[in-house]
Amino acid sequence: MGPQHPSTHGALSLELKLDGEMIRDCTPHIGYLHRSMEKIAENRTYTQFIPFTDRLDYVASMNNNLGYVMAVEKLLNVEIHERAKYIRVIVAELNRIASHLLAIGTFAQDLGAFATPLFYCFREREKIVDIFDRICGNRLTYNYIRIGGVQFDLPKGIDEDIKAFIKYMRSKVDDYDWLLTYNTIFLARSKHIGVLPGELAINYSVSGPNLRASGVKWDLRKDEPYLVYEKLEFDIPVGENGDSWDRYKVRIEEIRQSLKIVEQAIEALPEGDPTVKVGRIHKGPPAEVYFRTENPRGELGFYIVSDGSAYPYRLKIRSPSFSNLAVLPELVKGLKVADIVCILGSLDLLMGEIDR
Amino acid sequence: MKVMPPNEIFEGIKAKFPEIRQEGLTGAVVIPKESLLNIARYLKDDGPGFDNLHCITAIDKGERFELAYTLYSMRGHHGVTLKIYLAPDDLNVASLAALWKSANWLEREVYDLFGIDFSNHPDLRRILNPYDWKEYPLRKSYSNPRFITKPRL
Repeated sequence: MGPQHPSTHGALSLELKLDGEMIRDCTPHIGYLHRSMEKIAENRTYTQFIPFTDRLDYVASMNNNLGYVMAVEKLLNVEIHERAKYIRVIVAELNRIASHLLAIGTFAQDLGAFATPLFYCFREREKIVDIFDRICGNRLTYNYIRIGGVQFDLPKGIDEDIKAFIKYMRSKVDDYDWLLTYNTIFLARSKHIGVLPGELAINYSVSGPNLRASGVKWDLRKDEPYLVYEKLEFDIPVGENGDSWDRYKVRIEEIRQSLKIVEQAIEALPEGDPTVKVGRIHKGPPAEVYFRTENPRGELGFYIVSDGSAYPYRLKIRSPSFSNLAVLPELVKGLKVADIVCILGSLDLLMGEIDR
Repeated sequence: MKVMPPNEIFEGIKAKFPEIRQEGLTGAVVIPKESLLNIARYLKDDGPGFDNLHCITAIDKGERFELAYTLYSMRGHHGVTLKIYLAPDDLNVASLAALWKSANWLEREVYDLFGIDFSNHPDLRRILNPYDWKEYPLRKSYSNPRFITKPRL
C-alpha cells in the first residue's frame, strides 16, 4: 500500500501481509521525504534555520517555529516581551485549530464522506489562513516567530476579526457534531477500530491527541506550562476507549478549547512592542538543551548541542508523528484493509516531520 | 507519585550503581555502556518509574560518540537524560527495545544516521535513508559535494 496512496497524506509505504482481506502483519517503510534537516541545521545559523522548521509539519508551521525558537531561547537565555508571549499563544492556538480542521476533514474524506466535510473544514481553515496572511504575509510557511519575539506586531483591527472568527467557528464546530460526530455511518466505521490502550501508548511514546484519546490526561500546556498557558483557563479533553472515533472526538473538543484560549489571550493582550530586540547572529554558550512543546500532533522536541559558535553543533528533532506511526503495526493486526485507512486518518500523521 | 528533583534521581541511581557520574556541563547522567540495561530496568520498574522513553539521539564529538537518552515519567512529571560515551572503534550498545517499544524506531534512526550498532535489536535496518545506503550521514566525517557550506558571518 503506497507510497502513492491517497490516504497516506504524503509518501508512506505500508507492506501488508494479508489473509484474504484480513491483515496479518504490517511493516511501514518511510523516508520518502527525507531531506536531512538535522544535517542542514549544522550548516546554518540559529536564525537561518527557522524557515526550515516551517517545512517539518507544514500544516502547523507556527507551532514548529515556536518549538524551535523556544529551544534556542532556552539555550541563549533570552527573555521576551509579555506581549510577544501572548501573540505566540494566539497564533499557535489558531494554527492548532487549522491543523485539527485538516485532520478532521481528511479523516472524514478517507472514511468515504466524499468532499463535503473536507470542503467545510477548508472553508473554516481559509479564514485562519487569511488572518495569518494579514499578520505575517504568508499563508502556509509563516516564519513569524523569531528568536527574541515575533516578526511584526499584530496589525490594527485584527483582534476584532479574530473575535468574529471565534464566534463563527463555535457555531461551525457544533455543525460538525451534527454532520459527522454522531453520524451513524461515521460511528460504524470508526468506533472500536484501532484501539490503543493507554499503557501501550506511553510505552511507544505516543503523544498529543492520540495519547489523550487513550484516556491519558497529559498535555504539556498544562503539565509543563510554557509561555503564558498557566494563566489561561482551559480543559484537556480525553477519550475513553482509545479508538479512532475517540481520536477524532478529542480533536473536535480541542478546537473548542483552543478557541477558549485565543479568546482569553486576546482579552489579556498587554501593550508594548513584541518585535525582536536582539541581533540576527546568536552565539550560544557551550551547552546542551532539550525543549519540547505541545504541537497539534503531539510533543515536538528539539535537542540542541552548542559548541559556542553561531551554528548548532548538532540539532535533533524529535517529531511526534514519528513515534505515532511506530505504533501503527500494533493497531492494524486482525483488521480489514479498509480499516487501515481509518486508523491512518485518525492518527493524523504528517510525513514531512516523520522523514524530516 | 511525587515529583523527584534531578539530584534525587541521580542519588537514587548512584546508590545502586556507583559507577555513574554527572556530566558537568549539562547535568546528564553518564553511565558506562555495560550497565545500560540494568540501569534502564531500575529506572523503568523501580524508583523513579520512567515509563516514557521520549527520545534517543547521538552526537559525534570527534574523539567519541555520545548517546543521549531522554526519559520521562508521566505519573511523576520528572525527567532525566542518560548519556553513554562510545569510542569510535567500538560503536556497540545494548538495545532497549524490550523495555520501551519506542526504542525500536528511535534506535533504528540512530543506527541509520550514525552507524551505532544496537545488539539484540528486533529489527535493525535503516529507516530514513534507502536500505542500500552505504554511509552514515550525520557523522561529522560525512561529506557530499552538493552540501551548501556554512555562510560567512
